[in-house]
Amino acid sequence: MRNDEKPAIVVGAGPAGLCAAIELKKAGAPVVLMDENAKPGGQLFKQIHKFFGSQEHKAGIRGFDIGKELLAESLRLGIDVRLKTEVVGIELGLKVWAVEDRTKSYTLDAGKLILATGATENALSFPGWTLPGVMTAGCAQTLINVHRVLPGKRILMVGSGNVGVIVAYQLMQAGAQVAAVIEALPRLGGYGVHTAKVRRAGVPFYCSTTIIRAEGAESVERAVIASIDAKFQPIPGTEQILDVDTICLAVGLTPSIELSCLAECKQIYIPELGGNMPAHDEYMRSSNQSVYVVGDIAGVEEASTAMEEGRLAGIHAAWAMGYMDDQTMKIKTDETRGRLQALRQGIFGQKRFAAKERILAMRKDA
Amino acid sequence: MSNNEALKTTGAPSLEELLAVGQLASEEEMEGRGCLCIECIEEIPCNPCQTSCPQGAITVGFPITNLPVIDRSKCTVCGLCIPACPGQAITIKSVKNDKARIRFPWEYLPFPSVGDSVRMVDRLGQELCDGRIVSITNPERNNKTAVITAEFPRKFVQDAISIARSHTDV
Repeated sequence: MRNDEKPAIVVGAGPAGLCAAIELKKAGAPVVLMDENAKPGGQLFKQIHKFFGSQEHKAGIRGFDIGKELLAESLRLGIDVRLKTEVVGIELGLKVWAVEDRTKSYTLDAGKLILATGATENALSFPGWTLPGVMTAGCAQTLINVHRVLPGKRILMVGSGNVGVIVAYQLMQAGAQVAAVIEALPRLGGYGVHTAKVRRAGVPFYCSTTIIRAEGAESVERAVIASIDAKFQPIPGTEQILDVDTICLAVGLTPSIELSCLAECKQIYIPELGGNMPAHDEYMRSSNQSVYVVGDIAGVEEASTAMEEGRLAGIHAAWAMGYMDDQTMKIKTDETRGRLQALRQGIFGQKRFAAKERILAMRKDA
Repeated sequence: MSNNEALKTTGAPSLEELLAVGQLASEEEMEGRGCLCIECIEEIPCNPCQTSCPQGAITVGFPITNLPVIDRSKCTVCGLCIPACPGQAITIKSVKNDKARIRFPWEYLPFPSVGDSVRMVDRLGQELCDGRIVSITNPERNNKTAVITAEFPRKFVQDAISIARSHTDV
């Protein structure tokens, strides 16, 4: 049955990569999980809020506890986790070039490759954006929730998507004041329950508003914001000055696609999921049939969807490597798709569902 | 479904938007007894309110993006759903004589103490009136979301949603 003894290599030990590795190992397939960071878990350990979803998606559990559960499971299964290990190259025929601890370089042949490399936060440039005190929302979240350092006392949050409103809330929990959340679009982006929670704490939301500049001698001391018209141009005379010492940017994420480009995966452009990303089929296989893409690299969504995508790929790769029979693969795949579909409904999910359907359609045409 | 204009521009739902969905209790229903009030008017994939309820008094069903529906005949106002809701969208309110009470979730430090005078706030974060802390519970099962009960003048019962944060510079 075992037609392939080369391990499956999973790159990225966030929620998607961990779940892919867990499914592979549970099926008995050899698997190596690599991550450039000193600790696994990706962004899960800075998620201190309770997750949405249903019981089977671990709803109501705080993100870092989900991370702990996944880590415990991967340790119990004895997955070969290689930390501080950067994957810097991929040769077709599936040779993975890794650099461990910035000192030791080696290559490893992969039976299958699962890329769970995540996404990178977008920046926004404006006069003063290089002043100390301007940072991405994810950076502020890492500072407060991982390192326990408050980046500032008065915060302006730029962007009202879930990242912006969740981090605004967590900055207040950490002891800061949030002066405002601004949004370029005419309507707020994040879940209403998140915005409501932030609003009742006295934080104003300004729609159709952008940041004009940051001011300060050595670091941020003020932010100038203004209303914008339908063409996103600032309206003269609407400027407001906010006394803030920190400006957080929560203006979207872009899939980290570099390794998928090296693996010659066909790339497509899906703006509503973050821009360029590798095309994939319903098993999360890229155009390179030995390479899977899961989590934010395959379209920016959430940790809960990333975990299910990771499972889909892990299940399919285990089957393709001969470690799972057809029927088990089908049953597990259907269960996972059911959970994934449940997360892609409603007014927020529909847009992502439609975009994911488009990806699948493009894959078929390719 | 309405487009929730207030929710999507001010960040908070208006009373009209909430009433349209029907998850709030009327003042008559609250007379002398606690009533579950949910402020979850947007279809998001989430149902811990349903699974946390031992009485089956909250139904989300399938798909899990349905809005929760309360069966008041089954609800015992035990309050288990308050910390279970990841959106902190559930409170329990009651009125008696000229007083009202609200039980609500709380995740900010410092915690108030029982007997403290506090300022009640509305959904826009505006201070409404004085209130007094009646109880604070935070058992293990709440997973770090405390549940606070505050008492305040009856006339603010529909607008009050929480208390002002007692912020001290760190």
